[in-house]
Amino acid sequence: MTARVTHGSRIGPIIAIAALLALAAAPWWTDRQGLRLLGEIYAYAALASLWNLLAGYAGLVTVGQQAFVGLGAYTLFGLALLAGVNPLWGIPAAGLIAAIAAVPVAALTFRLRGAYFAIGTWVVAEVFRLGAAQFSALGGGSGTSLPASVLAAIGNRAAREQLFYWLALALAAATILAILLLLRSRHGLALAAIRDNETAARANGIEVDRTRLAVFVIAAAGTAMIGALIFLQKLRISPDAAFSVNDWTALVIFIAVIGGIGRVEGPLLGTALFFLLRESLSQLGSLYLLVLGAVAIAVMLLAPRGLWGLLADRLGWQLFPLARRLEPRSSAPPVPAATTPAREASP
Amino acid sequence: MTSSADPILALAGIRKRFGAVVVADGIDLAVRHGEALGILGPNGAGKTTLFGMVTGNVRPDAGTVTFESRDVTALSPARRCRLGMARSFQVPQPFSGLTVFENLVTAAAFGAGEHESATYDRCAEILERCGLLPLANSRAGTLRLLDRKRLELARALATKPRLLLLDEVAGGLTERECETLVTLIRDLRNTGMTVVWIEHVLHALTAVADRVVVLHGGRLIAEGTATEVVRHPAVAEVYMGIPMDA
Ligand SMILES: Nc1ncnc2c1ncn2[C@@H]1O[C@H](COP(=O)(O)OP(=O)(O)O)[C@@H](O)[C@H]1O
Ligand SMILES: [Mg+2]
Repeated sequence: MTARVTHGSRIGPIIAIAALLALAAAPWWTDRQGLRLLGEIYAYAALASLWNLLAGYAGLVTVGQQAFVGLGAYTLFGLALLAGVNPLWGIPAAGLIAAIAAVPVAALTFRLRGAYFAIGTWVVAEVFRLGAAQFSALGGGSGTSLPASVLAAIGNRAAREQLFYWLALALAAATILAILLLLRSRHGLALAAIRDNETAARANGIEVDRTRLAVFVIAAAGTAMIGALIFLQKLRISPDAAFSVNDWTALVIFIAVIGGIGRVEGPLLGTALFFLLRESLSQLGSLYLLVLGAVAIAVMLLAPRGLWGLLADRLGWQLFPLARRLEPRSSAPPVPAATTPAREASP
Repeated sequence: MTSSADPILALAGIRKRFGAVVVADGIDLAVRHGEALGILGPNGAGKTTLFGMVTGNVRPDAGTVTFESRDVTALSPARRCRLGMARSFQVPQPFSGLTVFENLVTAAAFGAGEHESATYDRCAEILERCGLLPLANSRAGTLRLLDRKRLELARALATKPRLLLLDEVAGGLTERECETLVTLIRDLRNTGMTVVWIEHVLHALTAVADRVVVLHGGRLIAEGTATEVVRHPAVAEVYMGIPMDA
């Protein structure tokens, strides 16, 4: 028998490339404020995609990713202010430092399971925040700013804003593409296997702990690079802002939950919904947070697999199909076509 | 060096207890290359736990496990699988979010260390042999129990084992399905695979096993051909009043 294996529809890449081209041209169709908002959206799409990789695929439900956002931001500021490094180089450096830091963090927190792991990651992030507050060369607890002399190395204000915009878009696109490629590779199978049944994964030759560690390190690097870029755009850093559990974890989890955990498309839809809510409800003041909470609860009750999960279940939608479909070409009996499932967590 | 005279699997002085329950009380067992060994024993005797200690899911309190002349007692289950042993789980443990085909591809890519695209044909063939081809693209979590059991066997085969450990795969099969299974396992043996089979369905075991051991009270209380073993006085005593298929 000769097996032919396909991934199904090719609509996702076409939509993605079209969207990417349109967004890359944004400096020509929106103003500075629009670019800033879009940049923020990309950052959240990437952060939520990385959190989804951890929680939805590697089974690592962390509430401590702000540790790596902050570490990345502080790496960039530290290198720029103390060593005179061009801030743009601070972004890959942030990824590298976070990847290295992720190893001991994993060694510490991976002993914990479930809720204890979540709390452990939070505690580690708090320790990072307290450590940053002790760092007087970068302003201690009140933080510091990037002076104009450092920024001059990048270009004038207009050129900088455009560059930051494209960087945010490129970083988010690269993050999501990397996640897709990872999930489509054999390692994606391993992650799904671990998520579904750890015992069986081990019994079938998968090194569960090593795989989890690799994902944790990759996610830390991505998260830190995004964090570095976010604070490069803000030009100001402080421990409370850089290691904020609200901004870099609570909102990110909100996005992943309403969009759908365990699917690549979920965090993207979730990000779009979150910013729609935020932009249309911002005049409500603190009531807006109540609305967000109510939306999260409603989605969890009515669509426990998130809104993308609901769409995919009802309509069979899949932008980025991951499943390998077997289509034998020989005299073997045909494989029924209608049963292709999305790669998803079992209920 | 491994010579074929050495056993493929050797257990020496294996001990294991869960609290007051002793499930292995110094078990010694050697399985020859290419042999088909049956394991009998009442429910709760510790048969599944014994498999767990062979594959590394369960850590023995004492004793060693030797696979192909190599002490694997300290190795991880994943490592032992890659060395060439595979098991089916008595209670099926599918990768439920993956398709049936992907369950096999995963096992082949990691358990057998094959390049993913190089495994497709072999995985499709295994599915065909195990009667799962029509379900290849179904999510494993949607399978009914019998198909899940088939998947256990198919996925174990995808890891290309030289030692195959089967834990009650025949229970619940119809007469014809059981015959198909027996034929499949015989075919596997003819390719040189060593099979250790825990089974309550005695006639299936009789049709395949060269040798049967009986586990009870943490010890192997009888050994011989299937017919010899069931006539063994100690076995008769153990099974007196204890239904074989309970
Ligand atoms: N992880 C465990 N913790 C405690 N007791 C266990 C565990 N696994 C098995 N047992 C007990 O060990 C005994 C043997 O179980 P098992 O190996 O499943 O027997 P069998 O497969 O022969 O029916 C049973 O009494 C069972 O309850
Ligand atoms: Mg058992």
